[in-house]
Amino acid sequence: MKAILLLEDGTVFEGTSFGVKGQSCGEVVFNTSMCGYQEILTDPSYNEQIITMTYPLIGNYGTNTDDSESRKVFAAGFIVKENCDYPSNWRNTESLSDYLKRNGVVGLEDIDTRKLVRHIRTKGAMRGIISSNEFNIKRLEQKLRQYPGLVGRDIVKDVTVKKPYLWKKGVIDVLNNSQSMPEKKYKVVAFDYGIKQNILRLLRSHGCDVCVVPADTPAKEVLAKKTDGVFLSNGPGDPAAVSYAIDIIKDLLGKIPIFGICLGHQLLALALGGKTYKLKFGHRGANHPVKNLKTGRIEITSQNHGFCVDLKSLKNKNVELTHINLNDQTLEGFRCKDIPAFCVQYHPEASPGPHDSNYLFDNFIKLMTKRNPD
Amino acid sequence: MPKRKDIHKILIIGSGPIVIGQGCEFDYSGAQACKVLRQQGFNVILINSNPATIMTDPEMADRTYIEPITPEIVEKIIQKERPDSLLPTLGGQTGLNTAVALAERGILKKYNVRLLGANLKSIKKAEERDRFKKTIEDCGLAVPRSGYAHSWQQAQEVVKQLGFPVIIRPSYTLGGMGGNIAYNAEEYKEFIQWGLSLSPTNQVLVEESVAGWKEYELEVMRDCKDNVVIVCSIENFDPMGIHTGDSITVAPAQTLTDKEYQIMRDAAIKIIRAIGVETGGSNIQFAVHPGTGKLYVIEMNPRVSRSSALASKATGFPIAKIASLLAVGYTLDEIPNDITKKTPACFEPTIDYCVVKWPRFTFEKFPGTSPELTVQMKSVGEAMSIGRTFKEALQKAIRSLEIDRYSLDNKHISPELSTHQLKDKLRTNCWDKIWYVAEAFRRNISTEEIYNLTKIDPWFLNNIKDIVRLEEKIKSLNLRKIDAAMMRKIKEYGFSDKYLASLMGVTEPQFRKFRQSLDVNPVYKTVDTCGAEFEASTPYLYSTYEKECEANPTKKRKVIILGGGPNRIGQGIEFDYCCVHAAFALKEIGVESIMVNCNPETVSTDYDTSDRLYFEPLTFEDVMAIVDIEKPDGVIVQFGGQTPLKLAVPLEKAGADSAFICPWRKGDGGCL
Repeated sequence: MKAILLLEDGTVFEGTSFGVKGQSCGEVVFNTSMCGYQEILTDPSYNEQIITMTYPLIGNYGTNTDDSESRKVFAAGFIVKENCDYPSNWRNTESLSDYLKRNGVVGLEDIDTRKLVRHIRTKGAMRGIISSNEFNIKRLEQKLRQYPGLVGRDIVKDVTVKKPYLWKKGVIDVLNNSQSMPEKKYKVVAFDYGIKQNILRLLRSHGCDVCVVPADTPAKEVLAKKTDGVFLSNGPGDPAAVSYAIDIIKDLLGKIPIFGICLGHQLLALALGGKTYKLKFGHRGANHPVKNLKTGRIEITSQNHGFCVDLKSLKNKNVELTHINLNDQTLEGFRCKDIPAFCVQYHPEASPGPHDSNYLFDNFIKLMTKRNPD
Repeated sequence: MPKRKDIHKILIIGSGPIVIGQGCEFDYSGAQACKVLRQQGFNVILINSNPATIMTDPEMADRTYIEPITPEIVEKIIQKERPDSLLPTLGGQTGLNTAVALAERGILKKYNVRLLGANLKSIKKAEERDRFKKTIEDCGLAVPRSGYAHSWQQAQEVVKQLGFPVIIRPSYTLGGMGGNIAYNAEEYKEFIQWGLSLSPTNQVLVEESVAGWKEYELEVMRDCKDNVVIVCSIENFDPMGIHTGDSITVAPAQTLTDKEYQIMRDAAIKIIRAIGVETGGSNIQFAVHPGTGKLYVIEMNPRVSRSSALASKATGFPIAKIASLLAVGYTLDEIPNDITKKTPACFEPTIDYCVVKWPRFTFEKFPGTSPELTVQMKSVGEAMSIGRTFKEALQKAIRSLEIDRYSLDNKHISPELSTHQLKDKLRTNCWDKIWYVAEAFRRNISTEEIYNLTKIDPWFLNNIKDIVRLEEKIKSLNLRKIDAAMMRKIKEYGFSDKYLASLMGVTEPQFRKFRQSLDVNPVYKTVDTCGAEFEASTPYLYSTYEKECEANPTKKRKVIILGGGPNRIGQGIEFDYCCVHAAFALKEIGVESIMVNCNPETVSTDYDTSDRLYFEPLTFEDVMAIVDIEKPDGVIVQFGGQTPLKLAVPLEKAGADSAFICPWRKGDGGCL
């Protein structure tokens, strides 16, 4: 069963189909995590992206009911070197290909994924179409040309929740099948730009009573809820295009403690008058070294972003740079000096990835406590 | 934090002669340490009794003592040389034990010598099992239930609590020497007495058996600012109950979800901190219950180990070199990643291939030794292979072993072996069990049943099943029926030309010619530490059957050096010594050196020993493919021992017309 990938520069990769049969357009990116594919597939930040895993053997441990990061798979397509149809793991409930089929995701395997990754690394992330039912290049090209790509488009609206809801679960201990559910001490409103559930689980396990709200919830409504803090989530696409979110954050600045992750970090920077730009091929993986400029310590971090805050654009703003990426010296985190707000570009909630940066959730709690000493 | 200013003269203790359980991996680590510490301007004093090592070359250290590695001798050297520091973590268990003895006897204090990397307290915490157990439990982690015995009486008490089977581990022995699994009281008594007699402290640990659980290892690095990274994860093909040195092992871990892997990662970081290894590398072993995921910490080596050598070669992250730099005060973010140049060493390598390490046994040289594998190491060497899939790496590893086997065929299994006998064989831990596993699939025994007999994870078993099923298909074809797509698939699975030729009833050169006529040739990919995210500047290559080739050969004058492959009895490290010197000599006369070898324990497979490194099996097929792509001016076959020597004639016949020609024959002035 053939499947192909056509890139916007005309390059074609031919391999074998897995998952569902069909066609799908998206930005073709790569992720260097060696495990955690279920978390990656269900991370809403991958909306409209076709993910290539650099590790060649994917599907080895199958999928299960605990490792999803949202209600469904958001990735537009999935590319691996070798998909495994005989998963082996004590938590496995469904093979990767069945999982992709059930979630309607087009998969492509058995291509030289390293060649594709090197291509993207050299030429930059680009649009592509993955197809397992149409192989006429001309027709696929036409379809791909109609796909607008990510720059300048708000795709947060496609992934955010429609109605507010209360989050109930804590961090799962998979070895003891238990959850960490301490007493709720803080009320937090979390803007859902495409939020990963492990952020919500961690907030809950840090004693937060979390209400998740749609991305366009007005500041007034949030402040009326008498919450202790606001969380700005990760999410897909170009932050500059989500102007309503930026305006809402402007209205919240200084009025309530704010913590942002990934897109939330970019939106906070934009609300403060900073600028964002698109990286050549982004950061996606679980091994990026980030230096905490306050402590000098290195954190190995989970990353997933194609856009980045321009470090220089924050120069005359009242902010302190707190984290920097040691691979390419890009901005990874900052805090406001005069108001209670801080954020990071990377993913302290991990899932997948290392837990080195968990302390940021404690910092959020401290920020909320400082404001409301009881 | 830059280099420490209070260190000037460093004593490094080597590991002495090669013994089972301590091979040439410590020449690799010691040589890296000497080299980098001298580059940093330190005065390096070395003691090692093994002359067949690169590290004892005169230019490696400022002073080299070829003397027995005993506390008495080392004390004399300290007295004479007055080093201010001792780096004990690179010379294996011998180096570590000697350092412990020197510290305990007050010699280090007397001469004001400080231990770098690990201090006495942390070495003791890691090595003495009761202290280790307490440390692990204080971290909120678990170790198998166990008890100590200094006598047979105590041992009887202990086993009453645990029940059989139990593992007996004598304290402070090399390669788990004296370790055994006892299934009944009779065996127990025998093993206890032997264990007590072997332990220098007359102490054995009796431990709840976790035989059959999944076994994992993590290679961890820590710097003086408490930054910790995991260099590599390793999953054992063989379940718990077989010494890691005797297990087929695979990098990275294959069957852990991210949640489970992160639990292990968090545990490893807690452990290295709690044990208190200040700087450098450690190896931590875990057992995982296949049905519940329950995690036990098995042991920790607070030093560079055989697994560190493997992890270094598997990832391109030079653990010994970086451990040395960390020991003298550098932090991980201050050390550049040699391979990418642009990114720092404080990251966790990600690999985009699969690595298989396979132990090499020589039971025929030890008549009377049981060929059963247990918790005491019996292998004498190892080969490593790299492929884009597990199947490819596995089959490449077989032919890397140089035991005249090129596949998972059943040539060595008697056709009279009944299925009943076959199942009995699968229950034992014989060194060649994997061939019986393949045979079981040929006889249509189910994965589930094979798992129940072997406790080898079904993921590995099903990969072998894939190989056997394709092999059956190949057997049903004749050569002319194989088209390019089929040939590509076969080669992607790692099948050797030699085996395929024998299945098709043609000679290997005929098969090779046919394969090439279909335009199915290997390409070379780079080991780059980062899954192609950044450009690699170091040509460290392996073959696979895919589209893009990254070999990018130069137009320089160049010579291929064929290495010695895995260690065996009669071939230790001396051939590696010769190959490394061949590379150095070529450098001196301005000829590009291209190393081909598959032994991860060696200096020759360090990516900075030669100009280019191919981590490949030393067979005609694999070497000839490199000759085809590199078009060298010559191939040096005489320094790697018997293995490459045997390739001289076939290579010459195949048209590597300059094979066996040394550069000096071309008039370069007799430098060699």
